[in-house]
Amino acid sequence: MPRKNLNKELAIKVENLSKKFGDFTAVDNISFQVKQGEMFAFLGPNGAVKTTTIKMLTTLLNQTKGLMRVYGHDPQTDKNLVRNNFGIVFQDQSLDDELTAYENMEFHAVLYHVEKEERKKRIESLLKFVSLWDRKNDLVKTFSGGMRRRLEIARGLIHRPKILFLDEPTIGLDPQTRIHMWEYIKKLNKEENMTVFFTTHYMEEAEKYADRLAIIDSGKIITQGFVNEIIKSTKTNSLEEAFLKLTGKSIRDESAKSIDRMRMGRKV
Amino acid sequence: MIGPIYVMWLRQIKRYTRSKSRMIGSFAQPILFLLAFGFGFGPIYQKAGGGDYIQFLAPGIIAMSTLFTAMFTGIEVIWDRRFGFLKETLVAPVPRIQIMIGRTLGGATVAFAHGILVAIIAMFVGFKITNPMNIPLALLFLFLIALLFTALGTAVASKLEDMQAFPLIMNFLIMPIFFLSGALFPLNGLPKAIEIFTKINPLTYGVNGLRATLTGGVQTGLMMNLGVMIVVTIVIGLIGSYMFSKIEI
Repeated sequence: MPRKNLNKELAIKVENLSKKFGDFTAVDNISFQVKQGEMFAFLGPNGAVKTTTIKMLTTLLNQTKGLMRVYGHDPQTDKNLVRNNFGIVFQDQSLDDELTAYENMEFHAVLYHVEKEERKKRIESLLKFVSLWDRKNDLVKTFSGGMRRRLEIARGLIHRPKILFLDEPTIGLDPQTRIHMWEYIKKLNKEENMTVFFTTHYMEEAEKYADRLAIIDSGKIITQGFVNEIIKSTKTNSLEEAFLKLTGKSIRDESAKSIDRMRMGRKV
Repeated sequence: MIGPIYVMWLRQIKRYTRSKSRMIGSFAQPILFLLAFGFGFGPIYQKAGGGDYIQFLAPGIIAMSTLFTAMFTGIEVIWDRRFGFLKETLVAPVPRIQIMIGRTLGGATVAFAHGILVAIIAMFVGFKITNPMNIPLALLFLFLIALLFTALGTAVASKLEDMQAFPLIMNFLIMPIFFLSGALFPLNGLPKAIEIFTKINPLTYGVNGLRATLTGGVQTGLMMNLGVMIVVTIVIGLIGSYMFSKIEI
């Protein structure tokens, strides 16, 4: 893939970032940078690292140690300034079940200060884009998993942030919808110079759409760089092979759940 | 600034009006209390020289239903955390205080409307508003109760991650606040410890205010009751905003 002319401005700067939950170190001293206009993939076997890192960058969680900057602002101290710059599609559900698809879109657009006329246009085109326009007045609680996912993605795209976080956006979607969605995001990235920071378990998505990527395992970054460099340096033929070579073939626990339990035990 | 507050307010209203079972449930309770306590204790109350018990009880039940609805809508923060919608609002480029204000006003509006409907129901059971001139003041008391306890529910729920804590809130917060507020019985001649609790219980002042304005009972201390309600509402509102702004997910 040809390298783009990337703007010098840094979208994300992370230095020696760590996050502990009790004795468990979820994120262990990681450093990386994402440039303005770049599509950056954050890959790794199951575990809490990716989502925890995204939560810290998006002001939902405070770090234990280290430095973070999103467009020069600190997510821990300048939360509102950071929030002005990003949009996010979460890994797990974040829709309001008791509202209709249209209301979910509209409320989001109001929270993100999209003007009224623009709001209507974008909501209609996005709901059509994810084939939910016919169901716009139905309560989200009547939607299937795939429909919810599509709505979450459509909602995340209503406003045009400088940086878009996508946490496993395509999980549970059929190949048609996945390609459809990635092409749209790629288009936004090119036309609006929108920075995209994403995680995925589909290596072919990362290989095809990421400019650069980082591979994380057990809380640490084990390699980062341009996609073709990583494939070359591991002497493999695809990102999937490179990924398996770097992270091994053992299956990881989905430890996020136990962390959630730990946090609950700690707080209540 | 108005936009975000308005949609958060609207969301609370829509959620409430769409949940039919919740609406029916929340009216069943005050009706049951009015009938069971009203007719059950009425004769004893009268024999003891208290007069018409429904007149005494109705303002208490109105306050109770407002308290319950307000606390429950405040506590909805836990549900929103569980079902994910909370983080959608928390990452929005809107100061969290606006999210909190919108939510709280929405919950308070629902609780306030609920209290008014219960007042109307009470009239069918024989409750009479003696001085209609005082209705605006009574509505002010009712709204303050709604606002105060929605904010309190939000503050408490901001610290909790799980609905398992719900029975704790019910039994250690909502029920004591209700029982020891003078909603059901006069607060005369109580043991010292309980009397102290009734004095620091903000609902006591709300119930006093409602009762004085609706049934024209003791008018002395009306301004004091109002002052206490306003001050406590502001303080709890500030605490709630702070707790809400500190939520981590």
